[in-house]
Amino acid sequence: MEPFKTITATAVPLDMANVNTDQIFPARFIRKPRAVGYAQFTFHDVRRREDGSLRPEFPLNEDRYRDARIIVGGANFGCGSSREGAVYTLIDSGVRALIAPSFGDIFAANCLKNGVLTVTLPDDIVAGLREQLRGADRPVLAVDLEAQAIVMPDGTTLDFSPDPFQKHCLLNGLNEIDLSLEFAAEMAAFEASYRERFPWLAPDAQRTRG
Amino acid sequence: MPRARTIIDKIWDSHVVARRDDGECLLYIDRLLLQENSFHGFDKIRREDRTIRNPGQAFAFSDHYVPTVGREQGLDGIADPEIRNMVELIESDSRDNDITLFGLGDIRQGILHVVGPEQGITQPGLVIAGADSHTSTHGALGTYAFGVGSSEVAHVLAVQGLWRARPKTMRVLVETPLSDGISSKDLILAIIGRIGAGGAVGHVIEYAGPGIAALSVEQRMTVCNMSIEAGARAGLISPDDKVCEYVKGRPYAPSGELWDKALAYWRTLASDADASYDREVRIAASEIPPMVTWGTNPEQVAAVTGTVPDPAAESDPGRRTRMERALAYMALEPGTELRSIRLDRVFIGSCTNSRIEDLRIAAAVAKGRTAQVPTMVVPGSGLIRQQAEEEGLHETFLAAGFEWRSPGCSMCVGINGDMLNPGERCASTSNRNFEGRQGPGGRTHLMSPAMAAAAAVTGRITDVRELTGEG
Repeated sequence: MEPFKTITATAVPLDMANVNTDQIFPARFIRKPRAVGYAQFTFHDVRRREDGSLRPEFPLNEDRYRDARIIVGGANFGCGSSREGAVYTLIDSGVRALIAPSFGDIFAANCLKNGVLTVTLPDDIVAGLREQLRGADRPVLAVDLEAQAIVMPDGTTLDFSPDPFQKHCLLNGLNEIDLSLEFAAEMAAFEASYRERFPWLAPDAQRTRG
Repeated sequence: MPRARTIIDKIWDSHVVARRDDGECLLYIDRLLLQENSFHGFDKIRREDRTIRNPGQAFAFSDHYVPTVGREQGLDGIADPEIRNMVELIESDSRDNDITLFGLGDIRQGILHVVGPEQGITQPGLVIAGADSHTSTHGALGTYAFGVGSSEVAHVLAVQGLWRARPKTMRVLVETPLSDGISSKDLILAIIGRIGAGGAVGHVIEYAGPGIAALSVEQRMTVCNMSIEAGARAGLISPDDKVCEYVKGRPYAPSGELWDKALAYWRTLASDADASYDREVRIAASEIPPMVTWGTNPEQVAAVTGTVPDPAAESDPGRRTRMERALAYMALEPGTELRSIRLDRVFIGSCTNSRIEDLRIAAAVAKGRTAQVPTMVVPGSGLIRQQAEEEGLHETFLAAGFEWRSPGCSMCVGINGDMLNPGERCASTSNRNFEGRQGPGGRTHLMSPAMAAAAAVTGRITDVRELTGEG
């Protein structure tokens, strides 16, 4: 996984609460192999009319935000379906950081597994950030994960508090499965006592039927 | 005296494999549920050359992409090569990895959240991870069940555990039983309307109280199913005798001596009476009427007797903007009587409402009446379809002009090809009324099976109580 340390990039304000993963990545594209490149699907039906033309009112279609690598969204961003394609499509579009008052739990977990930073900040702070981006000559943010700080267009700094483990994984580009397999001895011991305590759950007991 | 614990605490405490300094726990995963969209997870396992730790604890289901007609043709009945490929992938990934598949051609095949409980794969006290956000459904049996993405699918396959922080808890206390003719779908829609689409983010919901105890196990599944629509990590219900009775005798349920051991354990799982929760919401269910969504997420819901709300009357500017956007998408005017809204299609199915009790209720409304708009009934599994046919429900549906289809997710998510045309308006028993969910440009009104059947035979949103004389 590509480590995340700092990013200085265009940030797009999306003033919508409850953005769901069907909006980020419509279900009919899930069956596409990743190799086709998922950037073409990002916010597909929100960005485009039925005839394929772009909706000018959607911020990502504005020239000033077109190369955005940071999204500043509303509450409950990424709610709904667990499809990880919603993260793949953002990555393929260049997005590496998301800032919102809250995130859908499954979506946030999927982001972490793919090296995308999710920053949670209070509602009014995020609203102020979106407002500043809309008014700025250049809607650019600098996000520094090590320093836990975001430099806003007006030069002021916002501090944030990432989950320590999230920070550690992102900074080092760690594969979580490798980390977890370091607990193989604990897992083996756990499973042995677990199956003794709950014998009806032993794999053999589960496989005898069906 | 030991600390009073919730069922969430009890399940959590019995599943902690290891604990990190930051408090996150490696939680043991009893069962992993997979579906066609899990292919990225298997790709990751192959790419990283991982060994699957316990293939016997994973179960795969062909449900999202299977056709609901022409099933006698098997894979050849799938015309679209990309859709067919998805069904082939879950078959080959299961076979190659020695994972049990409930696939096309198997009478047990169906929606993963229907088949899991039906087969006894879902049992009280488990931790279940599913490659689908509606995995919360399984919580109805007193299990801690949640959806995961493909990377965590791969993680569970390789590790048999997942890292999680102990969740916050919310108790939804349903203080009174539902009125006659009102379903648990109405209840969960009312709950989401009350707490909001993000109202339970970071929390696990425990549904409790006399209004929940009175529900059948299938009705409880409908409630737990939509926990994710309130943003909850999971939703569950303390198991009671109804749950134990439900599990008994199912193919994967323990039997003999193991059944007695399991039962004794399951009876210890219910939340202690004096356990505390981070939040509590109280609902007087006897006051809930049939509910219908008017907007583009499940919190945008109202009583069927009401009208489309007016954004101008909303004081919160964010909410107002969302309402305006939703009404523009749904092509609805404020003040319109919900019962005057005409429909183009009706869908009865999905992991929320496709079980035998749902079909019985829909058939009771359809009996002796005639569909006014194209209506499809999609049972949740092959066994449910079979049982419904034994009971003659399919004859009632067919006589009313409803289509009687084969099991799958179908038009809840529209990726098997069952979908709305742009601009079409649908009464649906599914769980998401998101923009484009049932097909690009499609408009969805969520409701109960009884309400959907009533909509089918009138061609408009209808208070089912006007047809049945209840309420």
